[in-house]
Amino acid sequence: MAIISSGDFSRRMNRRKWQGRAFHALCLLAISVALGMLAVLLVYIGVKGASGVDWDFLTSFASRHPDQAGIKAALLGTIYVISITSVVAFTLGVGTAIYLEEYTARNNRLARLAKLNIANLAGVPSIVYGLLGLAIFVRGMHMGQSVLAGGFTLALLVLPIIIVAAGEALRAVPASTREGAFALGATRWQVIWNLVLPQAFPGILTGVILAVSRAIGETAPLIVIGALTFVPFTPDSPFSRFSALPIQIFNWTARPQAGFQEAAAAGIIVLLVALLVLNAGAVFLRNKFQNRDGG
Amino acid sequence: MQVADPILQTKNLNVYYADKRVVTDVTLDIVRNRITAIIGPSGCGKSTLLRCFNRMNDLIPTARISGQVLFEGQDLYAPSVDPTEIRYQIGMVFQRPNPFPKSVFDNVAFGPRINGFKGNIDELVEQSLHRAALWDEVKDRLNSSALALSGGQQQRLCIARALAVQPRVILMDEPCSALDPIATLAIEELMRELSEEYSIVIVTHNMQQAARVSHFTAFLMADDTRIGHVVEYGESRQIFTNPQDERTEAYITGRFG
Repeated sequence: MAIISSGDFSRRMNRRKWQGRAFHALCLLAISVALGMLAVLLVYIGVKGASGVDWDFLTSFASRHPDQAGIKAALLGTIYVISITSVVAFTLGVGTAIYLEEYTARNNRLARLAKLNIANLAGVPSIVYGLLGLAIFVRGMHMGQSVLAGGFTLALLVLPIIIVAAGEALRAVPASTREGAFALGATRWQVIWNLVLPQAFPGILTGVILAVSRAIGETAPLIVIGALTFVPFTPDSPFSRFSALPIQIFNWTARPQAGFQEAAAAGIIVLLVALLVLNAGAVFLRNKFQNRDGG
Repeated sequence: MQVADPILQTKNLNVYYADKRVVTDVTLDIVRNRITAIIGPSGCGKSTLLRCFNRMNDLIPTARISGQVLFEGQDLYAPSVDPTEIRYQIGMVFQRPNPFPKSVFDNVAFGPRINGFKGNIDELVEQSLHRAALWDEVKDRLNSSALALSGGQQQRLCIARALAVQPRVILMDEPCSALDPIATLAIEELMRELSEEYSIVIVTHNMQQAARVSHFTAFLMADDTRIGHVVEYGESRQIFTNPQDERTEAYITGRFG
């Protein structure tokens, strides 16, 4: 005997089908809104700024005159700062994650407390990191308002993201792989270097991409540590003062002249392209590692 | 059971996870160049006992032991002993095949390489694959991923990987429990061949398997007060045809476990 009468069943079935359709429609709406906003942004920026992006724009310094204003100093500043950020954050972040995941026991209270706090740090507003960078790097370590101080500050900002992502990637490597290697007489270092890291690397790289993408668009911390908005020179050493793309864009949008609005739009295009190039490079690297050894 | 020249011995061995004792007062001699099976119901400490022989329990932070484990008369848990060196001499094959996500060749070459092997690696890999009865099946795909092999092939690859460092002892922790009957037979046949050169200790749930392949059998049990104690240990023929303890008889005839 059926547990539900057939009349009841078909009535319910109808409702269940409607629920399914409604949920499907809701998800479709969500993605439409998200993609729609992105499309509006790209079209708006494209229409406004595309004509402004040319060789002169990329190779000129900032100027009082909108039609002569270029983005060279800010672009180079961003490239230098992000290079420092990437290297510092990758090294410290992956190192920290390896220590927490591979060298401390799963049930170690202190390590768990550290992980919890690191996860919380990922949510701290970026301006707070700016203040931290100002206190430690700019003043405490006398780096001044330099490329180096900017790079280090942004590295601090994205460090928690990298640690959390790298930790996830390391945890995803099965314990049986580690056991197999230990059982052959591998030392912990050999297990980590030969097996765990190669397997975790694509995941780690994904975290680094996300983190650096966030760093490249950050404005507030750089303003706090004193990055310049008008820079008629290229940074020539790590201790040189600098500007960065988001700061330049912010500065231009605050100007009343229409010409600067166009320059801002053109600047945003440059920033987006820089971001895309960076991500494409990282995705390429990741795929290369994923395909290696058929892993 | 008294053994003249045992390769492995435990003396009053207890193993604890935190405060819980999971192996109780085990005194056991493992015979050289023979296959010794450890059987018993789930949760009776078989695997934990096995993992004392290559100090794999060291990887579990809360694990500790009392008593002695001797390898060729040397205390494996003496402070001067490096577990890494032990594992180089006492290999292990796990319950689930766990090939590394590398090529077939690199899997077998891994052990020799990390231990600093300087000889002809091609020869050693081929020889190890031959011994594991896998060579003919993989000789044309040494450079393709080990993960593409079937479950039975993967397990034989893991055996080849263990053989490549030329250990004295091979520990096998339910090596066939994830395999189909045909792959299981292939592994059992292989074990018999290997026992001419190696001492093998195998943990198994499968009593037919223990009866088929092993020369000696230890029956472990857990009761209310003692988890992981040896009820009976002796020649497999005797354990399976004429057990001395009624609990052994109850277990091998399938009345519990």
